[in-house]
Amino acid sequence: MKFPIKTVLIIAAAFILLTILIDGVYVVSETNQVVITQFGEPKGDAVTKPGLHVKVPFIQKTNYFEKRWLAWDGDPNQIPTKDKKYIWVDTYCRWRIADPLVFFQRVQDEWGAHSRLDDVVDGETRNAIAKFDLLEIVRSSNREFELSDESALLDFSEVTAKVELGREKIAAIILEAASKITPQFGVELKDVRIKRVNYVDEVQRKVFDRMIAERQRIASKYRSEGDGKSAEVRGQKERELKRIQSEAYRKAQEIKGKADAEATRIYAQAYSVDPEFYQFLKTLETYRTTLAKETWLLLGTGSEFLKYLKSSR
Amino acid sequence: MPSDFPQFEFRMPKMPKLPKLPKLKGRPLLFLGLGLLLLIVLAGSFYTIKPDEMGVILRFGRFARTTEPGLHFKLPWIETLTKVPVQRQLKAEFGFRTVNPDVRTRYAAPPEAAAEAVMLTGDLNVVVVEWIIQYKIKDPYKWLFKFRDNAKAFRDINEAVVRRVVGDNSVDEVITVGRARLALEAQQEIQHLSDLYELGLDVSQLIFQDVNPPDPVKPSFNDVNESLQEKERKINEAWAEYNNEIPKAQGEAEQAIRSAEGYATERVNNALGDANRFTAIYREYAKAPEVTRKRLYLETLNDVLSKISRKVITDDSLKNLLPLLNLTGEEVKK
Repeated sequence: MKFPIKTVLIIAAAFILLTILIDGVYVVSETNQVVITQFGEPKGDAVTKPGLHVKVPFIQKTNYFEKRWLAWDGDPNQIPTKDKKYIWVDTYCRWRIADPLVFFQRVQDEWGAHSRLDDVVDGETRNAIAKFDLLEIVRSSNREFELSDESALLDFSEVTAKVELGREKIAAIILEAASKITPQFGVELKDVRIKRVNYVDEVQRKVFDRMIAERQRIASKYRSEGDGKSAEVRGQKERELKRIQSEAYRKAQEIKGKADAEATRIYAQAYSVDPEFYQFLKTLETYRTTLAKETWLLLGTGSEFLKYLKSSR
Repeated sequence: MPSDFPQFEFRMPKMPKLPKLPKLKGRPLLFLGLGLLLLIVLAGSFYTIKPDEMGVILRFGRFARTTEPGLHFKLPWIETLTKVPVQRQLKAEFGFRTVNPDVRTRYAAPPEAAAEAVMLTGDLNVVVVEWIIQYKIKDPYKWLFKFRDNAKAFRDINEAVVRRVVGDNSVDEVITVGRARLALEAQQEIQHLSDLYELGLDVSQLIFQDVNPPDPVKPSFNDVNESLQEKERKINEAWAEYNNEIPKAQGEAEQAIRSAEGYATERVNNALGDANRFTAIYREYAKAPEVTRKRLYLETLNDVLSKISRKVITDDSLKNLLPLLNLTGEEVKK
């Protein structure tokens, strides 16, 4: 009867001791940091070193916080820019719990922090965006666009000249402003970036209309270029045709002329021996060819031909 | 006693049974239990790392070591293991999602994915850019312990960077000429930001997939392409006409010249022929001009007059014959 009681007592004592011991140690991981509280009151600095640590069992409580960098992604906000264009702006930031004690006291947990970050970062984003033209928010430099055949037609002077800060610097302004506030609740901001910038539907429709108009201009330019260029080729063809034909005519006439001249020379040379005889021969030949069957021929008896009709002498 | 007997008997078997069981089987059972426990512990202490992974060991939450692929041992309970696929090529898609990777991969674009792709260009136009990024985990320590929402953070970086880069280029650059340059620029900046955030990632490649104007504007972009085709076609047609007509005209010109040359040859030959004939006749004529002259004259008259059917012979003294002569009579009779 005594044995069981003793062993039970020993076992119970050992169990209690063990639980005390177990509650007296706690593990801090690479990803955690711990704030020790004693009856709800924070004790000492936060424990950030990973490994095994000790505390007063039961009386002290561990409160774990994330040590790694965390993501925060804001909801898209509809904000008017300085040049009164309505856009959706979506930002993100990287943050971490820099001071777990303050963090624990002011916002309790990550949900609380998110809600505060919503207020701070969204607010600062609003402030910053409203101070700049849309172009400053979209572009990040003044670089000239590389022109293609198509875009050479469009006028970019509006969108290349006046960028002073650009997207990255505006994001840096938001970061700087927000970073002044976040230490109040133990949060450190690393980076704020503008993730998405989109037109509000109504503006977007207008932008689409403008894009369509731009493309139509390019298309009609191509069409008229096609007409112009083909007309040019046709003109070239006409010129070439005229040249070829006239050159051929000139050459042909020259050849013919030369031949005519040569023929004239030959005739002249031959006939000049006795021009009167040539005339006689040629006239006779002409009689043969010109006097046809239907010709009326009136012959006087005085003519050479009929002189023998009257007398033999 | 008889009344006690059953009672005694009832107690008797109970008494020896209770101490007997632990006495006889207690020790082997304990050993068996301990052995089993040890086995379970040992089995849990050995682990394998696959070829594309790396193991990260934490001892009481503190980073202790990384382990290469193979069979390894860790202290039970005290050490915990996390496997990180360092060799695996990881991929993130933006603007679309692969639904079913197969020989014919199917893609889909749910609303949240479609929203990733819409962005503003530097000339304040809108463009739809789909891209993929391939990356590897370079540093398992950073990957696990420096940033909590790595995957989400990496997607955010991608979206921010691609938008920034596209925001500094015109819509034509994004769609056509600048694609490769933009992809490289974005890739480098994503790597830079990943390093800044200590994500422990190594970006292998960023590839722009479809880069298009938004749907309502697409037809007008297509129209530009069409008009370009049309331009080319018109010019080609004009050149075809040119190539069709010019050689023909050249042929005709050649023909005209050849024909002129023919004419020239004929003309000269005719002249020579006529001249030679005349010279030949003249040579004989010169020997007896009077007779020859008369003969030629009479021969000609003979030929001519014999052919002519209507001859009127008048005496020289007869005047005013012509007004009386009915020249049209025959025609009237006909």
